[in-house]
Amino acid sequence: MTTSTPKRPPARPLRLSLGDPRVAGLFWQILVVGIAIAIVAWLWSNAVHNLSVRRISTGFAFLGREAGMPIADSWIDYTPKNTYLRAFVVGIVNTLRVAVIGIVLATVLGTLIGIARLSSNWLLSRLAAVYVEVLRDLPLLLQLLFWYVLMQGLPAARQAWKPVEGVFLSNRGLILPSVPLHEANWWTILALVAGLIVLHFIRRRLVAQQMLDGRARAAWPYALGLVVALPVLVSFLTGASWSIMLPELRGFNFVGGLTLSPEYFALLIALVTYTSAFIAEIVRSGIQAVPRGQWDAAKALGLKRSFSLQHIVLPQALRVIIPPMTSQYLNLTKNSSLAVAVGYQDIVSIANTTLNQTGQAIESIALIMMVFLTISLGISLFMNWYNARIALVER
Amino acid sequence: MSSVAHVPQDPLPIGPPRVQRSLSGHILVWLRANLFPSVPSTIVTLLLLLLLGKVFVSLWQWGIANAVWSVPGSDTSACRALRGIGACWAVVPEKYRFILFGTYPYEEQWRPALAVLIFIALFVVSSRRSFWRKELFLLWAVALVVIGCLMWGGFFGMSFVTQDRWGGLPVTLILATFGLAFGFPLGILVALGRRSKLPAIRSLCVLYVELIRGVPLISLLFMASVMFPLFMPDGVNIDKLLRAQIAFILYAGAYLAEVVRGGLQAVPRGQYEAADAIGLSYWQKNALVVLPQAIRHVIPPLVNTFIAFFKDTSLVLIIGIFDLLTTAKTAIIDPAWQSFSVEVYIFVGVIYFVFCYAMSRYSRSLEAQRGHG
Repeated sequence: MTTSTPKRPPARPLRLSLGDPRVAGLFWQILVVGIAIAIVAWLWSNAVHNLSVRRISTGFAFLGREAGMPIADSWIDYTPKNTYLRAFVVGIVNTLRVAVIGIVLATVLGTLIGIARLSSNWLLSRLAAVYVEVLRDLPLLLQLLFWYVLMQGLPAARQAWKPVEGVFLSNRGLILPSVPLHEANWWTILALVAGLIVLHFIRRRLVAQQMLDGRARAAWPYALGLVVALPVLVSFLTGASWSIMLPELRGFNFVGGLTLSPEYFALLIALVTYTSAFIAEIVRSGIQAVPRGQWDAAKALGLKRSFSLQHIVLPQALRVIIPPMTSQYLNLTKNSSLAVAVGYQDIVSIANTTLNQTGQAIESIALIMMVFLTISLGISLFMNWYNARIALVER
Repeated sequence: MSSVAHVPQDPLPIGPPRVQRSLSGHILVWLRANLFPSVPSTIVTLLLLLLLGKVFVSLWQWGIANAVWSVPGSDTSACRALRGIGACWAVVPEKYRFILFGTYPYEEQWRPALAVLIFIALFVVSSRRSFWRKELFLLWAVALVVIGCLMWGGFFGMSFVTQDRWGGLPVTLILATFGLAFGFPLGILVALGRRSKLPAIRSLCVLYVELIRGVPLISLLFMASVMFPLFMPDGVNIDKLLRAQIAFILYAGAYLAEVVRGGLQAVPRGQYEAADAIGLSYWQKNALVVLPQAIRHVIPPLVNTFIAFFKDTSLVLIIGIFDLLTTAKTAIIDPAWQSFSVEVYIFVGVIYFVFCYAMSRYSRSLEAQRGHG
């Protein structure tokens, strides 16, 4: 019952009848929670009984045993002699590898298509609309199987397509040139990242000073020093080598370079194209949500077009874009579990194999859920923090 | 094109034609304004035309000019001789009965076909505003019972067909429709529970929604197929399709609850207070005053959730239930047809697309109506 009067009525003495809303509320809560607990207890007692009949011991002790499961595509060292725990870690890394790269690429592609959809060029905007419509209205799993079949239909390694020197596309996947990273290279990258962070704070200081006296201060000398000169200096001092390693065909396979397996590549393409269609719609509606008057007002103040886009229109569009974008990122991460359909060994696929090998169904599925809940929570927290940062500050 | 009206852009160099022009004059004006307004735009148009032409020519050659439309018997040598330069559409007439109806007894396949038609009729009727009355619930109940009778049979001379022989499009439609029919009331209850003033009920609903939405659908399906039997007492054996159906109902319930909650938040407070003032009980208030308004607010996002849900039914492939996508994938295991999976996927893709595109157009028309009304 709603009591929305500004002054609360004096508390009546509690009567033990269901006519009293407080007693009724308590009664319903006890009833519902009681039923929920009863169901869970019943299921649990069944499970305990069934597990003891099947001689499956509960608990996570099996994680320490030898996995004996081959994993073809791993970024960290792994052999079938390693434990289940290590196999799970490989699975988590593989899931993150698809999800993080997928999110970045889908954002870029989706934004481009969302902008193309708003183009004054009729052909471009129609093509973007067709792209969005077709990709949104087909099941992701169907698209994934389709891409995977196309990958398998590519020529063998010896007849691989070579669009650019050092890039090979064959039924072994996509092979790219790589730069071998040693300790010296990492120091240079670290210097670059540190330079970017410092530059960010310097820019904020400069803008704050401009707010005080209205004088514009150039940021580019700082940028030159921190982002160009500093990494180059570090690279020289540490003697880092930046030679590019081109993959070569030796016998039936490739040596050197970075290999994206056909499974990974198919999954990445499917996730990126599918999600980019949704992101394109989000970006389009976000830009359309900014009233035209904002552009006119910026123009009336004599601001340049690029400046008004960056400082007036984009911040307002982002407020509309960020919340639905967060749920797309979550969707992409969850959809990466479709990997099991093409045999890319992500966390779900590895948990599934573990389940079949050990019969530890409850533990394996609990692990999948824990991993995804953690990733989801991480993305939500980050995006909420970002959203709060860019939100409209009202008096 | 009205969607582009709000876009910040420089005014077009050409205004509306003032003098009466011939039809070809109109077309020229339109072309100039929309395809060749400026030098960069003209370059983009020309590049896109070149690309489109190339894609069109290669698709034409693969799909039409070089394609094989039928083969004698199951002899695919004509298709193999193409070596990928043309499509082998012969796989579709050869396999379509299996793709659409799975392993359902061949002579009895008019029954699932009729069930599919009833489903489509049910969707069309439900989409008409003039049918949004109480009788619609009755119609749904009757239609779902009739579909069940048709699929199972066992009377009127129809032989009994067990669920494990069902397959193809009817299974996809059953999973989606029953999932929604039961998930929707569940979603409404959970949405109400999440806005309830009773803390224990509210936290139970929050826990349910966040837990289901936080994990991938596949893990729920694994739970239904592997874990569920562990939680049942001895001797209780629930069919695999039904277990997946339960997982889908729980999944749909959580997502629909969030959509309905959005609608509930849009109902003004005064409506609740007015309902209280005339002495309605909690259930009367929600059923008669709040929910009708709340659901009307969220019909377009509801339809979008339906689309997503319809597509998600294809995930049962992973736990080995024969829905439309699984039958398609199984059809091409046949060694004779193994290398023509692209054609089969395109065939199935068209079916999925027709359903989803119809729903998405419908959602957009609803939104347009609301914008005007």
